[in-house]
Amino acid sequence: MPDTAIEVLNTDILEDMFASAEGQGEAESVASTAFGFWLYIMSDCILFAALFATFVVLSRNYAGGPTGRELFDLRETLLETFSLLTSSVTCGFAMLALHREERGGVISWLAVTFLFGLGFVVMEVREFLHMAAIGSGPWRSGFLSAFFTLVGAHGTHVAIGLVWMAFMIVQILAKGLTASVQSRLLRLSMFWHFLDIIWVGVFTVVYLNGVY
Amino acid sequence: MPHNAIDAAGAGKGSALSYLSGYVLAILLTLAAFLPVMTRVLSPEETFIVIFAVAAAQILVHLRCFLHLDGSSEQRWNRAALLFTALILVLIVGGEIWIMFSLHARTMLAPAAMPSPPNGA
Repeated sequence: MPDTAIEVLNTDILEDMFASAEGQGEAESVASTAFGFWLYIMSDCILFAALFATFVVLSRNYAGGPTGRELFDLRETLLETFSLLTSSVTCGFAMLALHREERGGVISWLAVTFLFGLGFVVMEVREFLHMAAIGSGPWRSGFLSAFFTLVGAHGTHVAIGLVWMAFMIVQILAKGLTASVQSRLLRLSMFWHFLDIIWVGVFTVVYLNGVY
Repeated sequence: MPHNAIDAAGAGKGSALSYLSGYVLAILLTLAAFLPVMTRVLSPEETFIVIFAVAAAQILVHLRCFLHLDGSSEQRWNRAALLFTALILVLIVGGEIWIMFSLHARTMLAPAAMPSPPNGA
């Protein structure tokens, strides 16, 4: 009899230890994947730094073509900026709803974020198409090649973020807010806020610095 | 358990207040950068200083209010990676601009006088 009691006790303790170790492991793995993703973001920063440096070097090589002052409409840039900025905040609200484990809240805030992000991409694509239509595509000059590479690289990141966001909405609908879905949402929000920071560099270096 | 898991990572510990104050600050800083350029009230040199100073401030606001980087010890490695990246960034951008503009100056080619490539090149 004492043997069994001890056994029961031991099993309980073991189960407790196992459960807490598992929970801790989960928390650690979310923290370490988030840190790994942070390192990816930092390396992406360096990629953008190279594109920014290239742009600055080529920014006056108009080859007789149009300058930024003739091409850019700052009101549209401002609208794009507000659109991306608002999507960053609504993405934050999605994370807050995630903390409260409100599935509906997470999905609706992500949907709002998606729409503002989509608005940004649509405005940018329209700007690119307009520039190409008036003969100011990336082939026109060194300045325009660098412009389309830098701004297009950022826009591509945003578009990939939108695809990711759409997948996450589907995953939440299908699986609910499981631990792995939460961990992915955390990384998506880091990615999204990072793109907003890169955009601050883009509108300052490319648009504002190219116009005044 | 997932609660703790998300809390453990820095980027997930925001509050409505931090997002909203970040939003208001970011909008004000964006306007502070756009208005001098759109209205041309400042000289080009002043405008240059203002837009880049404001951009630096806005990046700090985004890091603090949206990505929630702060002085806490669990974020020591996030900060270390960020500072190292900033160093690399200064080296790449600063170095490339320094070298290329010095090259322009030494070869006596003002940017405006750069030979334009043949059409379609």
